[in-house]
Amino acid sequence: MQSKFSSSSARITRLGRRGCDLIEAWGRAGVFLAQSAVSVPSREGWRLWLHQMHFVGVLSLAIVLVSGLFIGMVLALQGYTILVDFGAEQALGQMVALSLLRELAPVVAALLFAGRAGSALTAEIGLMKATEQLTSMEMIGVDPLRRVVAPRLWAGFVSLPILTIGFGVVGIWGGYLVGVEWLGVFEGSYWSNMQANVNFISDIGNGVIKSMVFAVVVTWIAVFQGYDLVPTSEGISRATTRTVVYSSLAVLGLDFVLTAVMFGGL
Amino acid sequence: MTDAPFIEIEELYFSRGDYEIFRGVNMTIPRGKVTAIMGPSGSGKTTLLKLIGGQLTPDRGRVLIDGQDVHRLSRKALFSLRKRMGMLFQSGALFSDLDVFENVAFPLRVHTDLPDTMVRDLVLLKLQAVGLRGAYRLTPAELSGGMARRVALARAVALDPELILYDEPFVGQDPISMGVLVQLIKRLNQALQLTSVVVSHDIKETLSIADYLYLISDGQVIAHGTPQTLDTNQDPRVSQFIHGEPDGPVPFHYPADAFYRDILGDTMTTKAG
Ligand SMILES: Nc1ncnc2c1ncn2[C@@H]1O[C@H](COP(=O)(O)OP(=O)(O)OP(=O)(O)O)[C@@H](O)[C@H]1O
Ligand SMILES: [Mg+2]
Repeated sequence: MQSKFSSSSARITRLGRRGCDLIEAWGRAGVFLAQSAVSVPSREGWRLWLHQMHFVGVLSLAIVLVSGLFIGMVLALQGYTILVDFGAEQALGQMVALSLLRELAPVVAALLFAGRAGSALTAEIGLMKATEQLTSMEMIGVDPLRRVVAPRLWAGFVSLPILTIGFGVVGIWGGYLVGVEWLGVFEGSYWSNMQANVNFISDIGNGVIKSMVFAVVVTWIAVFQGYDLVPTSEGISRATTRTVVYSSLAVLGLDFVLTAVMFGGL
Repeated sequence: MTDAPFIEIEELYFSRGDYEIFRGVNMTIPRGKVTAIMGPSGSGKTTLLKLIGGQLTPDRGRVLIDGQDVHRLSRKALFSLRKRMGMLFQSGALFSDLDVFENVAFPLRVHTDLPDTMVRDLVLLKLQAVGLRGAYRLTPAELSGGMARRVALARAVALDPELILYDEPFVGQDPISMGVLVQLIKRLNQALQLTSVVVSHDIKETLSIADYLYLISDGQVIAHGTPQTLDTNQDPRVSQFIHGEPDGPVPFHYPADAFYRDILGDTMTTKAG
């Protein structure tokens, strides 16, 4: 039997070890990002990046645009029922545009991106690790951080902001379809109210900055989880789940912080 | 060409968790020869190749390749040293997003500026040597295990490296391709003066091509010498392995508690326990 003392000290030891593991993992992730993202691409590097833009960006386009359309439509519908009580349905365009550009486009596009592209990145890199493709690449004298990881990171960094803009544009159009075409809001007031009240820098600019931050965080998590996982089939499935969970939490948490800084006068 | 050994391994210690895989291994691998490393399954042969290739770092001791301490090189210097080595992985490890042709062409494309026609000729030549020229458009998923390993061999020699590490080249080959591979390894070694390190269980084939042999067991080198001297070695551990007898001093089992204690006692830590 263990004494009370030794079991509680064992618990403290365990806690300390988990703390150390956590800090170590953060360190590894940081070194990983620095080593892979910061490198001058060769001509071959550009080709690989374009290739990944297709997988990461273009293939996420459909889900992001369709979601944007529906969210814009729902926003217009919900907004109209509230605004019409105050006789303020002319403000519908402004409401739809601001909610999309400031919040919904960056956040929802990032969540969709984590589920669609992030999980695929984790699984792909994880499988390459499990089948020793990364090690054999190293043995051929090619750094997988530059050859495999860097093009994927940069494809994610670039494509999510573009997807976010697409999401916003399609969402505003969806709001127009429901608000103007269906519910009969005057078309001129939908657009002119939007134009008068959406500020290019503080609304569109801040939304794009948010999406850039989310792009870095989500892609970083996804690629690192793939690179760092335990190379077994169980390890791959766990890492894929972790990618989606961690990126979603990171996006929502960071969104609050960024909103507080950008719009909350912090 | 000098007579200095190509690889020197000095007092190598390596462990995974609490399990000590190597406890003071010393080896010298001569230049331009075929050196075989043999030992029971799980004795750390693959681990040793990974230590030589710089993928794992030893706890103590050092590995010198052509005079350079592998584990003290910068990342850049290590990668340029690796251009001079080829490694055949136990699993083949072909790139799954490239077809057979592009897999073999990969080292040529990344390390040379050869024109496409020359890359094509070189790749087909290497594939011909392993008997798979006709399979150049297949993807790795369409290959059998033995075929994948032969493609991996063609890839490993694509750049005509100075050193090749073969991890179990004969596993999964039928008698004909086995014979071809034995010839190929021998020919590469003689024609190009390559230094070759072969890890294998296939005693007959290995003895037929090796100039020198190391036998490892229990984390140490238990014997080394030319095939002739080992064949007549009196050490029971050596003759047991060379002649493939199941009973003898070389343990077949991974270190464990006595069997009856696992079965009857409570020493085992299973999930249910
Ligand atoms: N990734 C790993 N994590 C933990 N232990 C490992 C790992 N890889 C190998 N080992 C352990 O290291 C020991 C040596 O493994 P290694 O693969 O080098 O053996 P081997 O001699 O190549 O065997 P085989 O002839 O079956 O290929 C084994 O006992 C194994 O349990
Ligand atoms: Mg092995």
